Amino acid sequence: MAAGKGEITVDVTQAWVMTPVQPMDWLIVAPIVLCLGAGGILLMFRKDVRQHVRITLGGLALVVVANGALLHRVVTDGPLVMTMGRWLPPFGITFNADILGVSFALVASIVALLGALYAISDVDDIERRYGFYPFLMMMMAGVMGSFLTGDIFNLYVWFEVLLISSFGLIVLGSTHRQLDGALRYAFLNLIATTIFLITTGYLYGVFGTLNMADIARKAAEHREAGPLLTIAALYFFAFGMKAAAFPVNAWLPASYHTPKVVVSAIFAGLLTKVGVYALLRVGFTLFPPERDVFAPAFAIAGALTMVLGALGALAQNDIRRMLAFLVVSGIGLMLAGIAMSGPLGIGGAVFYALHSMVAMTAVFLLAGLMQRRNGAAHLSDAGGLYASSPLLAALALVLIFAVAGLPPFSGLWPKVMLVKAGLDIGAWWLVATILLSAFLTTLALARLFLLAFWRPAPAGFAGQASPDSRSALAGVVGLTVPLVVFGVYPEPVVQLSVSAAEWLLNPQPYVNAVFPAAQP
Amino acid sequence: MQTLILRTISPVLCAFMILYSVFITLRGHNDPGGGFIGGLIAASAFAIYGISHGVGAVRRAMYFHPMAIAGFGLFFGTLTGLLAYFTAEPFFTGKWAFPDVFGVTVALSTPMFFDIGVYFVVVGAITSIALALEEDHH
Repeated sequence: MAAGKGEITVDVTQAWVMTPVQPMDWLIVAPIVLCLGAGGILLMFRKDVRQHVRITLGGLALVVVANGALLHRVVTDGPLVMTMGRWLPPFGITFNADILGVSFALVASIVALLGALYAISDVDDIERRYGFYPFLMMMMAGVMGSFLTGDIFNLYVWFEVLLISSFGLIVLGSTHRQLDGALRYAFLNLIATTIFLITTGYLYGVFGTLNMADIARKAAEHREAGPLLTIAALYFFAFGMKAAAFPVNAWLPASYHTPKVVVSAIFAGLLTKVGVYALLRVGFTLFPPERDVFAPAFAIAGALTMVLGALGALAQNDIRRMLAFLVVSGIGLMLAGIAMSGPLGIGGAVFYALHSMVAMTAVFLLAGLMQRRNGAAHLSDAGGLYASSPLLAALALVLIFAVAGLPPFSGLWPKVMLVKAGLDIGAWWLVATILLSAFLTTLALARLFLLAFWRPAPAGFAGQASPDSRSALAGVVGLTVPLVVFGVYPEPVVQLSVSAAEWLLNPQPYVNAVFPAAQP
Repeated sequence: MQTLILRTISPVLCAFMILYSVFITLRGHNDPGGGFIGGLIAASAFAIYGISHGVGAVRRAMYFHPMAIAGFGLFFGTLTGLLAYFTAEPFFTGKWAFPDVFGVTVALSTPMFFDIGVYFVVVGAITSIALALEEDHH
């Protein structure tokens, strides 16, 4: 920099973004800034645990508002781009918001807000002092960053942010069982992230750029000589592991039943979807021809994930472990959508991911409410809940229908889209697998309802039911409402997911948003 | 470690290390240094003080809890990025000011304040870890 006196004139147009940034464009960093800022404030006032709830709920509510405004903006005006530090892309880190990323971010922030509402009665003062809320906000910063960034190395950084915060959340309580689960979770996730990092280094060696839009437009010229298939395969493996796809799904059921209920609920809702998001982004924005090559692999992995996840769920006795297997089974559906491609296939995968964020968090929280009622974490000890709480039984029935994909709840429509997409391309076996897994999921959940609700309480049941905490119930009901509303009236979400899919299939606007002059 | 030599020298050593960490942080914009390495130096100062005088002495000397310091750094670093909002530039655009203080031109910039934020995050986080490990030894 010249010493501020302006003696040296430098032509900065080659280095800087010259167009002024509209105030509303700042919406794209708002979710991350809010999460980081709130996280910092929470750490500063870590002793004052009473304020934590207020700061977190307020912060997350603002994040939801910002994401809502951002989604409106993106749907009306196209992809929104901001390059940090004013440096021209690809040198500055670009944030690039399209429908896919923002809709994921919006639903994720809603889930986190309602999860935090449940947490009020789930997380005691000691756990607050150990940093539940700061970790939650930092994890949300990572999740938001992953969905909004347009830079693949930055994506890695946000993965690390959310991963490290999630380590903090998963060991909260520090019982022997939890440490065991946390170790598996941490180790296997670190392997996935390390593969992600190594692949990114490899990709940088080939392309000399990390900006996703830049990679997308340069991929064609490297396709002849560059090892793009290898890079894509490594990415798919790393993100598949993150998403808990078969055969690298073992970490999820091994760890999700040990942490606090609200922690496992938010993990089940959000973290695997970050992996799915990354698969969609890398598969369709960056390397579409490579995705085509691997489509059969996606289909087979998806089918196996669906069926084995549901079979695993049938075999479990621990309620949350059973639900964890259902999370895995749902990932298989999204993989099937990625394999089928096309607006309906991807749209179905996107819709199912959005639905699954809400539904899986809701059932995990429901499991928490059930456990509070009768103290049973296992199906073998459960029972008598129908008599003890008809409201809980009604909620459970709605959520079970929603997760199993039965009408009239929102799980049905993405499955309809996927089945339609499968029939269109003649993938009969994949369609049959989707229906089979839906059947098995229904069986597994019916078993839950039968044993925990309809069966009379076991003989040893002391009946010391603690009354449902109002905030916890509000969290679960809040998550159930969209499942019902968008089950009855799915049109907005269907349109949103299909346009997200169309944007993914045609990455040109995404690239043009970053490099306006590059295209003739 | 209760050796007389270390106990005597460590307060002086720590004072110099912390002073040096500030120097390293501030020169970081154009020369080797910066908030991260500065923070590490300051954190090692606190770690040495902890070895010689015990963890309680460090906690008293720091006054604020290390994690609160890290939180402040994070919050402060994020704030520096927001200044660009008022000049219609993207997040984290560097803003510079060159005020004359007693005839000396002082270069103030948002990257420097961001670096100071990083310094606090690193001091807080690493000291927190170091103190936790030292406590376990007892």
